[in-house]
Amino acid sequence: MDNLLTTPLTSWHREHGAKMAPFAGFDMPISYRSILDEHRHTRTKASLFDICHMGEFMLTGDRALESLSRLVTQNLATLAPGKCRYGFLLNDNGCVIDDLLVYRLDPGSFMLVVNGARMETDREWIKERLGAGAELEDISQRTAKIDLQGPEAFKAFEQVLGQPVKLKYFTFDAMHFEQEPLLVSRTGYTGELGLELYVHVEKALALWERLLEAEVVEPAGLGARDTLRLEIGLPLYGQDLDEEHTPAEAGYAGMLKSEAEYTGKTRAFDVRESLVPLKLDGRRSARHNDAVLTSEGAAVGRVTSGSFAPSLGYAVALAYVDAQRAGDKEFLIDAGRSQLRAERVGLPFFTEGGARKKIE
Amino acid sequence: MIPENLLYSASHEWLSLEDGVGTVGITHFAQEQLGDLTFVELPEIGRTVEAGEEIGALESVKAASEIYAPIAGEVVEVNPELENAPELVNEDPYGKGWMFKIKASAEPEELMDAAAYAERIAEEAH
Repeated sequence: MDNLLTTPLTSWHREHGAKMAPFAGFDMPISYRSILDEHRHTRTKASLFDICHMGEFMLTGDRALESLSRLVTQNLATLAPGKCRYGFLLNDNGCVIDDLLVYRLDPGSFMLVVNGARMETDREWIKERLGAGAELEDISQRTAKIDLQGPEAFKAFEQVLGQPVKLKYFTFDAMHFEQEPLLVSRTGYTGELGLELYVHVEKALALWERLLEAEVVEPAGLGARDTLRLEIGLPLYGQDLDEEHTPAEAGYAGMLKSEAEYTGKTRAFDVRESLVPLKLDGRRSARHNDAVLTSEGAAVGRVTSGSFAPSLGYAVALAYVDAQRAGDKEFLIDAGRSQLRAERVGLPFFTEGGARKKIE
Repeated sequence: MIPENLLYSASHEWLSLEDGVGTVGITHFAQEQLGDLTFVELPEIGRTVEAGEEIGALESVKAASEIYAPIAGEVVEVNPELENAPELVNEDPYGKGWMFKIKASAEPEELMDAAAYAERIAEEAH
């Protein structure tokens, strides 16, 4: 516990009674009151999440576009300044080193947002492969990331910051908070209407406290963040994505549209296993690493994420299953003492989120 | 939050014994440690158990745990509300969150009174 990193908000979390736990090497809040309350509050009002553990890199230079196009799966040719896109960094086997957002800040500069636990791996991987005319700067240490998520998120932001938000999904705007740049991105990990905010670490606490002045906004921890993301079927690196599986196996073949020759491209479409969404029969949850069996009892895979889904009232899971059996309708999950019946369903599990809602 | 009139097990069940029938639940401390309960598995009515035998299971968003019988006997009733409202255990662990009743076949053994249990959880909290 001694070597855990802190965020600019760690003291605030402790002072406000958060249950803390290590995540991605940081001392992070899991919940402040109750995970279920925080989950429901995010689906009905708006919640504030400390996401400072994630990493941010700036990539600039005359040849930044070409260099980056050779490293990530995002189709940067169609990514205009002001937009961002989700995709992957792949190894030579076409498997996932990390999933990341790429923001095009202006024609020659990009911001990459990566997982906290993968920050160093990503940075070294990219640096070693950048050609001349492109430079990577790791700005994680000076960049705070705060997510404001929920149907009331835009209203709350406007109310306390006095600046209207008119962003479309997966676009962003350069604003200011107390004279410091504030990057406001309409993205998120909850399935709800929401913003991801990037600001200098010195302004993180002030921004956090300002946003909490909105009556509808409550802080929420990583516990709720995990149940929220699982309900909409978004993958978590280290569980549903790893260096053993391709983006196609994780269900993202349709997003691999870049025409650039990026690392891993020739094998990115390989499919040995498929990430299958499962609806469980009841409230009892499957857990990470539980074996997945066919309805006849043959082992065909493993659960990568599993939880009770608070907005649905039953448990759901994601599991890698042998490609040949991934089309099966029914599975069994060996959850230790008991076998759970699971039905293959579509994503998202929870369909009522407002993430894509049109804003007038 | 430790009622004086109950007996407590080291695995954080409480037992209220009245006319040979024991009502069982988990303590406030236990529900707080687990967090929001999302699933409770209760024993079948008619099952006979030894004291200390695993008799059910609990799940919260972030954890899973077992329930042990604090006394030997036969299960004569379970709380039907918990199947669809496991949160009752969090909201009212000594009342509406009761789990099952056992017709005792022996005297309670190795259970703690409220004072001893309070000491026990003070140690565990460190």
